Amino acid sequence: MKRTIFRNQLLPWLLLAPQLAITFVFFLWPAAQAIRQSFLRQDAFGINTTFVGLSNFKALWTSPEYLNSLQVTAVFAVSVTILSMGFSLLLAVAVDRMIRSTSVYTTLLVWPYAVAPAVAGILWWFIFNPTIGVMPYVLATVGYDWNHISSKTDAMILVVIASAWKQISYNFLFFVAGLQSIPASLREAAAIDGAGPVRRFFDITLPLLSPTTFFLLVVNIVYAMFDTFAVIDATTEGGPAQATNIMVYKVYFDGFVGQNMGSSAAQSVVLMLIVIALTVIQFRWVEKKVAY
Amino acid sequence: MNRLFAASAVALIASLSAAQAQTEIQWWHAMGGELGAKLEEITKGFNDSQDEYRIVPSYKGTYPETMTAAIAAFRAQQQPAIVQVFEVGTGTMMAAKGAIVPVHQLMADNDVAFDPAAYLPAVVGYYSDTDGNMLSLPFNSSTPILYYNKDVFEKAGLDRDTPPKTWAEFEEFSKKIKESGAANCGLSSRWVSWIQTENFSAWHNQPIGTLENGFGGLAARLSYNGPVQVKHWENLKRWADEGLYKYGGPVAGDNAAPLFYSQECAIYMESSGGRAGIVANAKDFEVGYGMLPYYDDVEGAPQNSIIGGASLWVLSGRPDEEYAGVAKFFEYLSSPEVQADWHQFTGYLPITQAAYDLSKEQGFYEQNPGTEISIKQITLNPPTENSKGLRFGNYVQIRGIIDEEFEQLLSGSKDAQGALDSVVERGNALLAEFEAQNQ
Repeated sequence: MKRTIFRNQLLPWLLLAPQLAITFVFFLWPAAQAIRQSFLRQDAFGINTTFVGLSNFKALWTSPEYLNSLQVTAVFAVSVTILSMGFSLLLAVAVDRMIRSTSVYTTLLVWPYAVAPAVAGILWWFIFNPTIGVMPYVLATVGYDWNHISSKTDAMILVVIASAWKQISYNFLFFVAGLQSIPASLREAAAIDGAGPVRRFFDITLPLLSPTTFFLLVVNIVYAMFDTFAVIDATTEGGPAQATNIMVYKVYFDGFVGQNMGSSAAQSVVLMLIVIALTVIQFRWVEKKVAY
Repeated sequence: MNRLFAASAVALIASLSAAQAQTEIQWWHAMGGELGAKLEEITKGFNDSQDEYRIVPSYKGTYPETMTAAIAAFRAQQQPAIVQVFEVGTGTMMAAKGAIVPVHQLMADNDVAFDPAAYLPAVVGYYSDTDGNMLSLPFNSSTPILYYNKDVFEKAGLDRDTPPKTWAEFEEFSKKIKESGAANCGLSSRWVSWIQTENFSAWHNQPIGTLENGFGGLAARLSYNGPVQVKHWENLKRWADEGLYKYGGPVAGDNAAPLFYSQECAIYMESSGGRAGIVANAKDFEVGYGMLPYYDDVEGAPQNSIIGGASLWVLSGRPDEEYAGVAKFFEYLSSPEVQADWHQFTGYLPITQAAYDLSKEQGFYEQNPGTEISIKQITLNPPTENSKGLRFGNYVQIRGIIDEEFEQLLSGSKDAQGALDSVVERGNALLAEFEAQNQ
């Protein structure tokens, strides 16, 4: 590979400056503030400030609500990832087998991605509203009493569906691209050898799709953990009884509604560590070790 | 995060446009819809009455959003002079000594005549310190009352003019209503926290917390896991199982209202401030009014109910001339005409005796049945230590805990004693945290 060498030392920095400034103002500076705040105890108005060392973090590990939130986040992230990836793989495989009108289906399936998370949340909230929604009415005819306001399971199902639905389009696009890059000759060869469609899918398509799958796995976990705030806020607000209070929502609630800045900052630092860990996994592990 | 940015951006614009001859005074509030329009009308009345000051009201969203925005603005030194804060934020505001200007001091500093005795004690007591000094100006105060469906009562063979007085009567009436098929359920109620726990405690003269329900200082802790409250929660659970009561959801219990409007439930408990909305929505039936029910075997019941709603706080750190304007504005807001108009239009309680008397003179209560019940209920007896109100820090979260534990009770994973014990235990941890933050 040929390297371009800049003679001028200033020019590269100048060209990078806008991006660096944005990174500094919107990422590094707030992150530094959060870390600083996580060691402090402060009243709502910021009048009394005490340095408390690690006690905000210690309090988290002994708080049943926080431990519950960790558990809820794990269940939520895994469910959203499995549901949205499974469903979009199914759709991608179906579209991939199509000969005509592939592009029409692709376009239609990408639509939900353009919907803002808050709108998606409201949409599903209406569909599943126990008083006026369509789904509870349908479910009642088969004898299921849907009520996400009092049932923890129903609430979790609601936020998982709403969040996964949003992400299907994104996953679908990557899966379609992944499928199209698999040479048809491999599948044809297998077909000639007598392998059925199911066998061909599991022995050829799936392994060859693994780079895409692993990439999406990380992206989806990150999405479920960090980008679903609006869905939760618009549907369950973390309830009932904290059953859908994922970590990101708890950071917001404790900090902005509860005015407990120290604890909220400590929680966001924990989240920051998780993001760093996921990023490292993606770059070090996934990108290098998955067979192409 | 967005809310924080939005709040500071608005604050910045507000501060830029303030450089005019007339002193502009920012007022952040949480009154949307018709209430917001009425609020602006009142403000306009003040602005037109003089030309030295101009009050600029801005709607900031829900109560928690408004409070959060004001706090964020204060931290960024872009705070408004006046902010409307809901009653559960009172503890937080009161503890922030350097951030607020107490109303009694504001009036004294600016030589505006101010007679604390003119205000209704049941209303201003909630916003006064232990020495009786008013810290914030009550703006929209209400208290929960009972609404019922007169037509359903008649269909069920009950007297259409007699609401249940006690909880025993409530159960008897509800069973009749359900069995006769007149309606599907007896009760739907908003605010499990405010109505069925806090007001319930005050109404039965039971302590909500130690140190005079928190009025006595930050060391106060919760105590609503007493036998009377436990008995009531136990009953609510039983009634929910028997279909006599339907849970309206957490916080304000927004799903309770449709149940009453659609005649699914015959009895409804909601703020007196909700009266106009209820009458407007009760298209196919006549609404009756009553005081909250009580258990007649509890000594001291019924005591008096407590208020909710919001009050106006003055934030420190603004130029002196703004405070002179705020003091004048508060004087205007407390005048009998403005108060009576606001009270009659919204259903919120009048804050002065004069406004109450004026409304009586105008014959408002005779023309509008049900409007006086709230005032009678809060003034039924002189408030005791248990029924003055409550004042705790971190109370928004504690209310959330009440809802969560109530949901645990309904789902059967805890009994009433266990749920209330847990409310107290978790709430006290937050109170200890708040105490440490404010030392």
